[in-house]
Amino acid sequence: MRRVLIWAPLALFALVFALVAGGLIRPGDRTVHSAMVGKPLPALVLPALLPGKPGVSTAELKGKPRLLNVFASWCLPCIAEAPQLMKLKEAGVEIDGIAIRDTSEAVQAFLARNGDPYTRIGDDKVSRAQLALGSSGVPETFVINAEGRIAYQHIGDIREEHVAELLAQLEKAK
Amino acid sequence: MRGFRSHNRPPGLVPGSTGPRVVASRFLPFTLRRSGPRHKAGVTIVVGMTLALTASAFADSKLPPADLAHTQLADPTQETRAKALMDTLRCLVCQGQSIADSDADMAGDMRALVRQRIAAGESPGEVRKWLVQRYGDYVTYDPPLSWVTAPLWLAPLVLLGIGILIARRNFARRKP
Repeated sequence: MRRVLIWAPLALFALVFALVAGGLIRPGDRTVHSAMVGKPLPALVLPALLPGKPGVSTAELKGKPRLLNVFASWCLPCIAEAPQLMKLKEAGVEIDGIAIRDTSEAVQAFLARNGDPYTRIGDDKVSRAQLALGSSGVPETFVINAEGRIAYQHIGDIREEHVAELLAQLEKAK
Repeated sequence: MRGFRSHNRPPGLVPGSTGPRVVASRFLPFTLRRSGPRHKAGVTIVVGMTLALTASAFADSKLPPADLAHTQLADPTQETRAKALMDTLRCLVCQGQSIADSDADMAGDMRALVRQRIAAGESPGEVRKWLVQRYGDYVTYDPPLSWVTAPLWLAPLVLLGIGILIARRNFARRKP
């Protein structure tokens, strides 16, 4: 018994070491995923923010798969994902936007600089829609399927390597 | 800190100011103090990088906070219940703070949401449930008992049981 027990401290050390080393090599996922994926879009009516661009009423977001992009003019990664959104729009994807804590002037300047991929833009001055969607930051992109359910959530800016996955998810959401 | 969220906030805390920027200003003198005059260029770089990092990573909107983000409810019982709930909800962009403690824009919007729903007659449990439906148990610091969280509640009892067993065995052995 004692022969075996003598190795116990070393074994314990090896276990703790493996745990800590593992955490260092592969840090845990700290992103907050929405628990709304798979559920119907919450009922929201967001007023228009820009002249000539309709607001977002989630009851209308049905009939075909589309992207719902949560963005803001003050968000730098949103600038980084703008070219990819334009590419998706050119591929025929309908993209609706929710502008978080933003002003009409700032969004107009942002879209003039980075392109405007949006069919509708809803005004969300106090993050109400963001909280209702289970989104925890900007930018985030939701794939909405033809029935109006949230099919997929992309957290962070859309980079070139993410476009194929989003297109595949949109295809699946038909 | 309770006063900070009432009507009379100290003049230093402007509505647009955010948590991370306060942290940055707290860290800067520390950086300056540590490096002597010989490392002046280094100090400038460190300060510049700190400012650049805080400016980009923690960019916040310039919009004023939501109506009830810093304003208490008129009814003191409702405010007490809202405050108790806010203390147990996680700020999703700061992750180590409750929404009652955080000055991030999103925490302010979450406080406004909690106060609005409490003022509309919802119970704190209902508001918590609404948020858990959207963000999972991660959003609450008061995790409900489920299969996933069971070890959290049961581990202390199991450890206590093992301790009692060991103690009983040791005391029993000592008896002649």
